[in-house]
Amino acid sequence: MVERRPLLTFLTHTVLLIGVAIVAFPVYLTFVASTHTAQDIVQAPMPIVPGDQFVHNYVAALTGSEKGAGSGAPVGRMMWVSLVSALVIAIGKIAISLLSAFAIVYFRFPFRMFFFWAIFITLMLPVEVRIFPTYKVISDLHMLNTYAGLTIPLIASATATFLFRQFFLTVPDELAEAARVDGAGPMRFFKDVLVPLSATSIAALFVIQFIYGWNQYLWPLLVTTEESMYPVVIGIKRMIAGGDAQNAWNLVMATAILAMLPPALVVVLMQKWFVKGLVDTEK
Amino acid sequence: MGAISLRNIVKRYGTGPKANQVIHGVGAEIADGEFVVIVGPSGCGKSTLLRMVAGLEEISAGEIWIAGVKVNDKEPSERDIAMVFQNYALYPHMTVFDNMAYGLRIAKVPMSEIRTRVDQAAKILELGPFLARKPRELSGGQRQRVAMGRAIVRKPAVFLFDEPLSNLDAKLRAQTRLEIQKLHGELRTTSLFVTHDQVEAMTLAERMVVMNAGRIEQIGTPDEVYHRPATTFVAGFIGSPPMNLVLGEAKGASFQTGGQHLPLAAPAPRDGALVLGVRPEHVEIVEQAPGWPLRVQAIEMLGAERLIYGTLGETLFTVRLDATLAHPKIGDVVGLRADPAHLHWFDATTSARVEARPVATTAAP
Repeated sequence: MVERRPLLTFLTHTVLLIGVAIVAFPVYLTFVASTHTAQDIVQAPMPIVPGDQFVHNYVAALTGSEKGAGSGAPVGRMMWVSLVSALVIAIGKIAISLLSAFAIVYFRFPFRMFFFWAIFITLMLPVEVRIFPTYKVISDLHMLNTYAGLTIPLIASATATFLFRQFFLTVPDELAEAARVDGAGPMRFFKDVLVPLSATSIAALFVIQFIYGWNQYLWPLLVTTEESMYPVVIGIKRMIAGGDAQNAWNLVMATAILAMLPPALVVVLMQKWFVKGLVDTEK
Repeated sequence: MGAISLRNIVKRYGTGPKANQVIHGVGAEIADGEFVVIVGPSGCGKSTLLRMVAGLEEISAGEIWIAGVKVNDKEPSERDIAMVFQNYALYPHMTVFDNMAYGLRIAKVPMSEIRTRVDQAAKILELGPFLARKPRELSGGQRQRVAMGRAIVRKPAVFLFDEPLSNLDAKLRAQTRLEIQKLHGELRTTSLFVTHDQVEAMTLAERMVVMNAGRIEQIGTPDEVYHRPATTFVAGFIGSPPMNLVLGEAKGASFQTGGQHLPLAAPAPRDGALVLGVRPEHVEIVEQAPGWPLRVQAIEMLGAERLIYGTLGETLFTVRLDATLAHPKIGDVVGLRADPAHLHWFDATTSARVEARPVATTAAP
């Protein structure tokens, strides 16, 4: 809207600023808390300006050199576990979805629609619903406390398959035919034409799935029992001992900030692609 | 080397009694280097036929031979053909150069050879300055030329064109038509061109194939098709405005239609139910008494000429009149005289052409 009304401009900015404050203040408090000693934070009122323990707290959290009442596993290791899991989940989901969508859209095989609906119906079965059988399978396969156990059950993705299917359906048939005339086999066509055309969708999906993988809580909580295989989200939970125990809240907060960074980084760095992938219609 | 032979081609979708047959035994021989246009109304199966030649559509029965090889079971890439699609089907993420080079790369042609061939094609099509651009940065006409370039670089035995001009505006279409003609003159590659536009068909074709409802109605040069249409369908389809077709009863030198008695300069080829065909441009307006009475209902002024629409008996009838001549008014009844050399006769039931009796004035067209 192009309207020149100073009062309106003022009002809209005020609303926006309030919105920013509501969203950003807890994050800011987390950051402040991560720069004080544990004693300082638990006193009321809690300090609202950053303290001088920044370096000490973050080094302590990353290396696990200082233990509170809960788990004191090094966050550096957890970040690594989280990163690997999130990447494997995101890349695995994209790879499998691309291939299954390719098969469903471009090939005529018996029970094609059956497979499509079978995939589609799994939308109704997220991890939470099938958690016991899945756990049993993973446990019987001795995949507890492994990257495989952390990632494989989360990779199959009906949403992404469906998204790519819809995208492939919009690709003109003539493109596939032109490729056939040019002598490109199916996989060549997939690699040279479909994947490059889906680049923006892939980027958008990567952002969403990376964050999905990074933020996994319930599943890793079940399949990881060793500190060395904790993802960072579980790590935070394990650092907080129950009851009246004295928790190292400064380290918990430092870990929380560290856990927030990679997803934020992915969003910031891939924002351009992400938005393009969601809104782009001109291919 | 680039001859195409279509032998009794049948296409049906589905199987068993419910199968939907869309092409009913089509046969044609296309000589090496010939430019053949397949023309017909939409849904007549002309694109399906072309796609079967390309190998994009399976053949239900019959044989297709390209350059002396039976290609029924060959992949499109093995048929030594190149195709230009209606919407061009350029790879949107590749540059013009890559679009043209893609097929050659897959065929593992050496890079230096690819360069020369693409440069050569770009020169012919005046695409030189655009080689580094993406298709979306090009105009419709340029995209069309890239699509042709992609076909040219492969140096195929046969070019297949699937209505390549229908996405261009009228002016560009005329220009591209000339370019295609020029190109064919230079390359002399066998070409099969599908269109529903009769102007395109008439101007481009060395021979044209007129199709209707999955059957070939006539194969011939544009001259033959225009001057000696084989069926009423061809007569009504080729020519604009279309040929007037009057159903009636012939008896000697008179033709009875809708209660009107039309005198003929020469006797009809035979007595009985016939369809009389005469093109609007082969009729002139004369005195009412000996002429055929036309009741004028509408007049269109087209600049160089006027189109007079009216009824002859009960049949709609069109006359094309030079705009400089005096013209009747709406509601008038005028007399018509058809050029006896340009009367066409068709069987009323089979709609096939019936040759006129040789008359001294009937010079061959």
